Amino acid sequence: MKQQVLVLYLATSALDAQVVGWSRYDGTGRTDPTAGDGDEPPYETGVDALRDGWRLFQASQLIPPYPGHEYDTSFLKHEFFFEKLS
Amino acid sequence: MRTTLLSSAQVAGFVAAGYLRLDGVVPDELNDQAIDVLEAGIPHLPYGTPIAEAFPEGTFARRLIELPQVAGALHSLVGPGPTVDHHAVHIREPHGGQAQPLHADAIIDTRVDAFDVQLMYYPREVTPDMGGTLVVPGSHLRRVNESDTGRYQNLLGQTRLTCPAGTVMLLHHGIWHGGRRNDSDVRRYMFKIRFNPTVPQVLLWDTSDLADPAVLDELSRRFPWYEQATGRLEIHNRALLWRAMTADPSFDIDYWTTRVNNRPGRAA
Repeated sequence: MKQQVLVLYLATSALDAQVVGWSRYDGTGRTDPTAGDGDEPPYETGVDALRDGWRLFQASQLIPPYPGHEYDTSFLKHEFFFEKLS
Repeated sequence: MRTTLLSSAQVAGFVAAGYLRLDGVVPDELNDQAIDVLEAGIPHLPYGTPIAEAFPEGTFARRLIELPQVAGALHSLVGPGPTVDHHAVHIREPHGGQAQPLHADAIIDTRVDAFDVQLMYYPREVTPDMGGTLVVPGSHLRRVNESDTGRYQNLLGQTRLTCPAGTVMLLHHGIWHGGRRNDSDVRRYMFKIRFNPTVPQVLLWDTSDLADPAVLDELSRRFPWYEQATGRLEIHNRALLWRAMTADPSFDIDYWTTRVNNRPGRAA
């Protein structure tokens, strides 16, 4: 059994929100995803990935901004890790 | 040296997107010379070298940055007399190399009222399979350290550069970008120069259209990859940068900044 990983970045913290970013890592070696390899997201929403058989195994926590840094922007906030085993 | 300054709307577009494209502005005569020059390499310089010393009159790089449209855009963004931070020639072999992880150059940079500009010059046409630079519009104000963003492979609305020969891009130092895998049969060339300002970056462009609604339209742009809530902070932070660049502490976009600073009767 080898793991395929899909990471989706969503527009809000809700799993049914729109996908705004995505990454794939393929433990089977059948594909070699990389930076900038596609302009179309694999799914419209996080829930669409569930419906296609991806299993959610991690979601980013909701962490309040640090005092004094409320307006800073940095990494994408709403990150969801999915897997498929094959 | 004749220059063509940017308009306020163009500078606002740079402030929003973090880059400016000048398609095909370099004449074929220079593009044709570029390949030999880039193949031979351009000598490295001490960091922060004035242009006159870095690129003496008549050299290829000097002629490139003195093209009126390039000179005008550089003046508009970093002002007169910038220094050359460093430069680099990037060559991607056919079917060679791996995509760079998405990154911002140098180290995390927290300046809110100054920025460096990176010039990227493409002497040859870049077609889709040549691995043109991946750029994420509107990412430049996010505070990240170099390749810590490497986990992100694709973001909605990213641009995978294709361009005609002789294209120059000017990028804010903080933009997320990466060289992509060259899947074509053709070598891809790119010459990069990073410029440091030596004057305050305030009203350096043609400001005759400063009050034009197109300026606010540009500054209000949202990009498809922005999360709903954080996208609002991007607009807020853009307003702060525009305040610094126009010396106008009252400037705002959709009242975001004014509202959260309204504390009647409180001095501190």
